[in-house]
Amino acid sequence: MDIFYPFQLFANLVTYSWLGLGKESYLGSALNFFIYDIIKIGILLLVIGYFMAITRYYFPVEKVRNILAKRRWFGLDYLFAALLGVVTPFCSCSSIPLFIGFTGAGIPLGITFAFLIASPLINEASLFLFPAMFGMKVTIIYNVVGIGVAMLGGMLIQRLKLDKYVKQELLKFKSRADIEKENGKKLTFKEKARYWWNDGFKITKEIFPYVVLGVGLGALIHGFVPASFVENYLSSRAWWTIPAVVLLGAPLYANSVSVIPIMEALVGKGVPLGTALAFMTAIVTVSLPMILILRKVMKWQLLAIFLAITIIGIMFMGYLFNIIF
Amino acid sequence: MKIKVLGSGCPNCKILEANTKKALDEMKIKADVEKITDISKIIEYGVMSTPALVIDEKVVSTGRVLTSEEIKKLLK
Repeated sequence: MDIFYPFQLFANLVTYSWLGLGKESYLGSALNFFIYDIIKIGILLLVIGYFMAITRYYFPVEKVRNILAKRRWFGLDYLFAALLGVVTPFCSCSSIPLFIGFTGAGIPLGITFAFLIASPLINEASLFLFPAMFGMKVTIIYNVVGIGVAMLGGMLIQRLKLDKYVKQELLKFKSRADIEKENGKKLTFKEKARYWWNDGFKITKEIFPYVVLGVGLGALIHGFVPASFVENYLSSRAWWTIPAVVLLGAPLYANSVSVIPIMEALVGKGVPLGTALAFMTAIVTVSLPMILILRKVMKWQLLAIFLAITIIGIMFMGYLFNIIF
Repeated sequence: MKIKVLGSGCPNCKILEANTKKALDEMKIKADVEKITDISKIIEYGVMSTPALVIDEKVVSTGRVLTSEEIKKLLK
């Protein structure tokens, strides 16, 4: 039972009945995809945004840091850090203050990195949009493997004892006493519910233009790129395609939600799932702005290792998915 | 009243700054609004997610773009 079927019917209605476009035509195909996907993603975003707002309300970064710093979780620290990285969204301009805040609070470097790797890799998009786009099986495997990669990456960095590559000068800042938050505890449930709605909706509003762009591109691919072209050039399962797409996607950056419709279209045309996922993940997780910013807190050796681990992790996932699917 | 908007330059920080100025205008309060983009200064406040709002050296919000309505409540 596909709960999005009504949207498909609506899209069909508009494209084929109202506008009279042919079912086999390029434009018809593209428009149909566009309408369907925009509605689907738009609604999913609102719902997901709402629940993410709730999560952010109960797990602000300060609380995350305190949780990680205070307790010894007996090796489960890494799992915990990775899981927290999943639920807390953060934009790359927060990465330095966050890195400093965590490290300054005494959280071991490896654990901070488990958080940093998990954060862009697994997020609300990979948890809640994937099922609607790629099915539950893909979603579960991707997220589980992703958490594993974040944990192993963090542990590896910890083992390598790279603390000396953090720019120590920046760690000298003592953090101020806990932040006073006015809006915190005294809200009634109704006020909270409204606050969560506003918060979630704000995020949706912010990224929706990019989503439209992504769906637009996906629609163009879906409608205008012939399957034969994809079959001849992009559906190869040769071993070198994975590193190629990862290295291609790394310097690019796009919002995680926007790339999903593009990937959906490509996979629909026959690009292997692993290749598409690797490409998409590379785009979302590694970004030039983030690298430039992190450069200010770490020496290049640490940054290089962090990037290498992330990239290898992504390639591993690409291969894994191409083998399984 | 001294207000500081902490953020390293991404669009959210600019929106927070704009909303802050709007709130001040609407409440007819005169205050300095300083935008801080220097990472080391931001860290000094113990802030871990930007954008953040500081009123009279007290950090009142981090990691969120407050609406001008919310800022007005904080200014009271």
